[in-house]
This record gives sequence, C-alpha cells and structure tokens, in this order.
Amino acid sequence: MSDPMSDSMSDSMSDSMSDPMSDPTSEQPHTPERTDGSAMPKPEHATPLAVLKTYKLFIGGAFPRSESGRVYEVTDPQGNWLANAPLASRKDARDAVAAARKAFPRWSGATAYNRGQVLYRVAELLQGRRDQFRAEVAAAEGLSKAQARAAVEAAVDRWVWYAGWTDKVTQIAGSSNPVAGPYFNLSSPEPTGVVAVLAPQDSSLLGLVSVLAPVLAGGNTAVLVAGERTPLPALSLAEVLATSDVPAGVVNVLSGRTAELGPPLAAHQDVNAIDLTGAADPALAAELEATAAENLKRVRRPAVDAEDWTADPGTSRLLAFLETKTVWHPMGV
Amino acid sequence: MTAMKFEYAPAPESRSTAAIASSHGLFIDGEFRPAAGGKVFKSIAPASEEVLSEVAHAGADDVHAAVEAARRAFPRWSGLPGAERAKYLFRIARLIQERSRELAVLESLDNGKPIRESRDVDLPLVAAHFFYYAGWADKLPHAGFGPDPKPLGVAGQVIPWNFPLLMLAWKIAPALATGNTVVLKPAETTPLTALRFAEICRQAALPPGVVNIVTGDGTAGAALVEHPGVDKIAFTGSTGVGRRIARTVAGTRKKLTLELGGKAANIVFDDAPLDQAVEGIVNGIFFNQGHVCCAGSRLLVQESVAEELLGALKRRMATLRVGDPLDKNTDVGAINSAAQLARIRELADAGSAEGAERWSPPCELPADGYWFPPTLFTGVTQAHRIAREEIFGPVLSVLTFRTPEEAVAKANNTPYGLSAGIWTEKGSRILWLAGQLRAGVVWSNTFNKFDPTSPFGGYQESGYGREGGRHGLGAYLDV
Repeated sequence: MSDPMSDSMSDSMSDSMSDPMSDPTSEQPHTPERTDGSAMPKPEHATPLAVLKTYKLFIGGAFPRSESGRVYEVTDPQGNWLANAPLASRKDARDAVAAARKAFPRWSGATAYNRGQVLYRVAELLQGRRDQFRAEVAAAEGLSKAQARAAVEAAVDRWVWYAGWTDKVTQIAGSSNPVAGPYFNLSSPEPTGVVAVLAPQDSSLLGLVSVLAPVLAGGNTAVLVAGERTPLPALSLAEVLATSDVPAGVVNVLSGRTAELGPPLAAHQDVNAIDLTGAADPALAAELEATAAENLKRVRRPAVDAEDWTADPGTSRLLAFLETKTVWHPMGV
Repeated sequence: MTAMKFEYAPAPESRSTAAIASSHGLFIDGEFRPAAGGKVFKSIAPASEEVLSEVAHAGADDVHAAVEAARRAFPRWSGLPGAERAKYLFRIARLIQERSRELAVLESLDNGKPIRESRDVDLPLVAAHFFYYAGWADKLPHAGFGPDPKPLGVAGQVIPWNFPLLMLAWKIAPALATGNTVVLKPAETTPLTALRFAEICRQAALPPGVVNIVTGDGTAGAALVEHPGVDKIAFTGSTGVGRRIARTVAGTRKKLTLELGGKAANIVFDDAPLDQAVEGIVNGIFFNQGHVCCAGSRLLVQESVAEELLGALKRRMATLRVGDPLDKNTDVGAINSAAQLARIRELADAGSAEGAERWSPPCELPADGYWFPPTLFTGVTQAHRIAREEIFGPVLSVLTFRTPEEAVAKANNTPYGLSAGIWTEKGSRILWLAGQLRAGVVWSNTFNKFDPTSPFGGYQESGYGREGGRHGLGAYLDV
C-alpha cells in the first residue's frame, strides 16, 4: 500500500492477506469445496452419488467447524433435510469479534476507491456462482425458480449499489462548516468499528446482502449471524468472500440460534455497533438493545413492519454505522 | 532592583442586571406554576454558598403535565410554515442578545463560572445557535434528509450544569426548527437561566406548550425519559447516566442521542510552537474549571520537549486567577457543587496514592464556596485512575510519548472518544494524526472551540448522535 498509484489502481488487497492454509483451525484448502454435483467427474455407471458439502463457519478467513462441535438440522420449508449447519457457540462469536477487530485497521484505512473495487469484485463472483445461489435460496425459502432467480439478481445488484457508495458517502455525509472565526473546519464520516449484524430471518440472500454490504461499504468489519432457519446461502456467501479480495476477518459468518449468539455479541465490549434486523422477537430485540447500552453501542432497531428487501435501500443503513469526525485547523500566515 | 509587582484591583460585574426572584415555578404550557406536590429545592451560588432562589421540584405529575402540553402544542407547531417557525427562533436569538448581560451574570452566579467566559463564550454561542437553526426551519427539504423530512413529536431533553444555557440552546434550537415541541429538564444545581429563558419564550410569544421547562433532580429527568408520550430523548451528561437512559429506552420507538463523558488527549509534538501550546493546554483543561466533557484532561507530550513544556506550563498556571466568578479578571471560578468537589478531591487523592506527582501553583482560595486549585500530575501511567476516569475538574494528567504511533496508541487507549488536540507545525502530521484518533472532534493547534455550524459529539462511550451543523438536524427528524 506504499505506492499510491498501485494502491489506487489495484483492486486487490491480497498482498499481505493471511493464508487460510497456514491457519491451524482451518482444514479447508484455499479453493472452496465444490457444491455442484454435476461438475464432478462422472463415473461409468448411472446416477452418480452427489458429494454433499459440509457447511462451516467463516472466521478470520478460515472455515472452522463450531468449536463446540455442535450442528443443527437445516430444512426446507416443507421440512426436508438440506444440511447440518454449524451451531455456533458464544466462543465462536468471541473468536469472530477478535478476527473482525484485527481486520479493522486495514479495511477502514484502505482508500474508498480500493474498498469499492474489492466490494464490486464480490458482485462479480456472486454473479459467477448464481446457479448455486438460486438453488440454495429456492430451497431455503421455498421459492420458485423464477423468484429465486430474481432474488439472486437483486442481491448482485445490491452489492454493486453499495460498492459504488464507498467513495461517495463522504461527500453526502461530510461537510465544510463555515464557523465564525479564522478556522478551516471539516466534518467527515468514519466507520464506527466492529459491527455485529443479525441478518434478517425472512430473506436468506437478498436481505443478508442488504444488511451486510452497507456495513462494509462504510469501512466497518462485520460479525454476521445468518438467518437461523436459512443459513446456507450465508455460509456459501462466505466462500465467495473468501475467494474475493475481501481481507480475512472483514466479514465473519456464524450460523446458529439468533437468541444464543445475539446476547454475547450485544454484550461484547469490543463491538461498536449492532444491527438487530434479525431479532424478530421484540422481547429479544429489547433485551439485546438494553445489553448493548453497557458500552453505548450504536443500535439499529428492527423495523416495525416487515421490510421490503426489493425496495430502494436508500442510505440509512450506510449512515447508521458511521461516525462524524470534525477537525478544526486555524488559518493564518 | 526589586521586581515590580502589579496587583489586580477587584473588577466585579454588577449583579443588578440580574435580579433573582425568591422563588421560581415550573414552566408548563406557557405558564409558571408550582409543583403539584408543592416540593421545592434551593439553588445556591457555588462561589459563596448563598441561596439564590427556591425552585419548584417537578414530580411525575408535573412531568406528565409538561409532556401533555407539548403533545397538544405539537400539531400546530409542526404544521406551521417553516418560515413562521424560523421567525420565532430569530426572535428568541435577538432577545437573548438583548438580555445577554443579565443572562451572563445569572449564569455565573448560579454555575460559578467566570463572567469573562459566560459573557464572551457562553452567551454569544447561545444566541448564535438559535440564529443558526432559525435559518434551517424553512430550508429542511434542502438539508439532505429527503424532500419532506418530518419531526419526531415531543422531545424530552435533559441537560448538565456545566454550560446550562448553552446546552439548552444546543437542545432546543434544532428541536424547534425541525417542528418538534420540547420538555427540557435543566440540571438540579443550575436551573435559573433555563427559567429566565422561559421568560424569553413568553416575550417572543412562542405558543404555549412548545417549550416546557421542568426543574428538579435526577428523578424528574428519569420521569421524563420514561414517559410514554415522549418520542425523542436527548441527553448530555455523564456516561453512567447515559448508559441507564439507553437501557430505559431499549425496546421503545424513542429516538435517542447521547453526548457523554470524555478523557481527551491533548498531544504536543516537539516541533509545536510551545507558547501557543501552553495557552491551548491551559484553555483545554482550566476553561470552565475543567467542567467540560471535551476537556483536554490528558496531556501527551513528546519526551524531548516535556521538561521545557512543563516548565512553561507551570509558570503560566501560576498566573491563573482563581476566585470570584463575577470578577472580570477571574480565570478560574468555583467548582459547581459540593458533590463535584468531593469527586474531584477523591480522584486527585487517588492520583497521589497511585504514585503520580501532584503540583499546584501557590493559590489562595476563598473561604466560602467550593474551590479547587489548578492542578497537574506528572509521572502518570495509563493505568492510573486519573488517566482513565473523567475528573471533570481543573486537574491535568501528564503522560509522555516518543513516536507519533505511540501518541496514537495512548490517545486511543480509552473507552471514551469525544475530542482530541494536536499541536505540531507539520501539516501532513496533523492530517495523518487526525485520521488516526478515535474522537468526534479534533482540534489542531487550538482547543475548546465551538460553533453552531460545527457538528459535535463522540465515538464509543462518549455517546452517539451529533449536535450542531446540518448533522444536528438529523437527531430531530424521522430519518
């Protein structure tokens, strides 16, 4: 990052990315597992047996199982078994916060242009794996093929929308302030830090992207709790993020019980903000908000009415996790 | 040759401009009235312990009446054309300017701050704040919050005692400009200027119920925060109380902004203009007796100039005049209350007990009232309580650093994040450092500057939301 030209022209932050292979907690190779049975070499005999995917958490760029060893059954809306997802623990949540904190200086310190390109590349990779996501979203939410296709396309578009915001939000949220004195006075938005995001329960990919991308676009790092009943698209999105240029730890993905993972994240003293969108139970949302008061976390409450994830997202999620810093400089000769 | 000695003659400001009634009522629905339960408390002058007035103590019934009055006034006030609301606020700004000497004297009496500050800092900023937000009232569609931003309803506002009228202005001006009505609870020890402001609302013919003022202690504030008829809470005060308020509003739809404590680093590099830096350090920690949430209470000085800087700082501190707040030559006034004095003493004693070295200039303190001499501690480590806890008094903790990176690490080693100061001649270093500091306001080669156009507010446990500027409108709009 020392050469400003190469920094501004590059869409890669991989020069000092940690290598997942070197992480003893990861037993995955750097390339993601294949999830598409049809791409496997076909044996001579008929009806080849599909290779199922073991879904894992995503923490600090690695794909560990839950340290607790627990899993839970994920089914489609009809109750058909889809996979065993990791049932993340409080310890997993703490590990994820530590990884997100470690990743914060570099991600928040990257140029806005650089962050924009890195996020745009996520959209490119998501597009490339759209068939997989259509299948996962359709199974998770019980959508038709056409509905699932629309949801995935909208999710890709949403990444693109937020990728384009990185180098513009300062200009709409900042200001030059005409103070009554000989001072140059400038206000600029800055990321608040580590944001815990409880992803929506009703939209496994589009809703997920709609809450995650604005947090990242502003320069924050995230600990994401996937929708409890529909975590598989989130866990697959982690594979997209791992193979994109998003540095390790910038996004950490947990699957499990929202009511179990929410409290340790709301109580964690090294989390700066919490998005309670996925706290669908008002009593849980109120409890988490009260817990978050301990270190004055910024809290985004769940919407009163069901959110329309296809609607124009506006800037409120982007601005919710930004601080305003005002700097005064005297003027004189 | 013997040194010439110039003594200052006393130069007291006259109290006659600020006659004080012997008792004050609550201001609810445009009228002054006693508390429903008849309870009163005394507001005293901290410089003399003289009782200034008896003030009505609002109970839950009174708070309820005030909220109801604000609710009734809301439809008409929010429905007024913005230009009409603007004219009320412009009127208020002008009335404050007209009565600024009276208000400054009253503020210094009730709070204990030097008249030089109430006259030259507080009151000009109060008037400017109303003037600034008056102009926004009919321009809200251009403020960046959408074409037709809506007010929230009734704003419950709880303010501290360190800048009583200025904090009132920070709260009331943007709330009214955006079309909200308000119930404001001044601090228990400094209710008088808020009640004088209520008179100004009447002179401005502000419709009844648009501004209500309920005086009392923390129980009145708690009743306001808990009231279901309140749509928005704005609080300035300690982090401890802010935390309780955040817990109280959890699970409601009340919008909340908090401006809480701080432990600002004031960072001096070896290339800084040291005489200017000394003035900035003094202004940073001894302005308003250090009763300032954004006070530069941790001095981080580069090791190579520490000795020289501390020598100059001590010489400057020896010239500070501590005493009668109404004397125009006074630099440092009275501590606001006995409770605050006890808190300052406790933390200063902890500084000595934990091994830091305490120093104050020779300084004669008045016999009556609450006083604490300007004090600095050297040999402070980051683990000391005086380096971690907000003292909210005229006590400076001095730490040193060698490299800019070390300065950043030490400055950011706090759960707070309200403000910071940088002293260096190197522009690129200022901009780099300003980017690294986790604080909402950064003053470079200056300190403790405020302006209505300039957003103010903290990171982390210094609270959330911004007051001032275009940003300050957002706290009172449904966005």
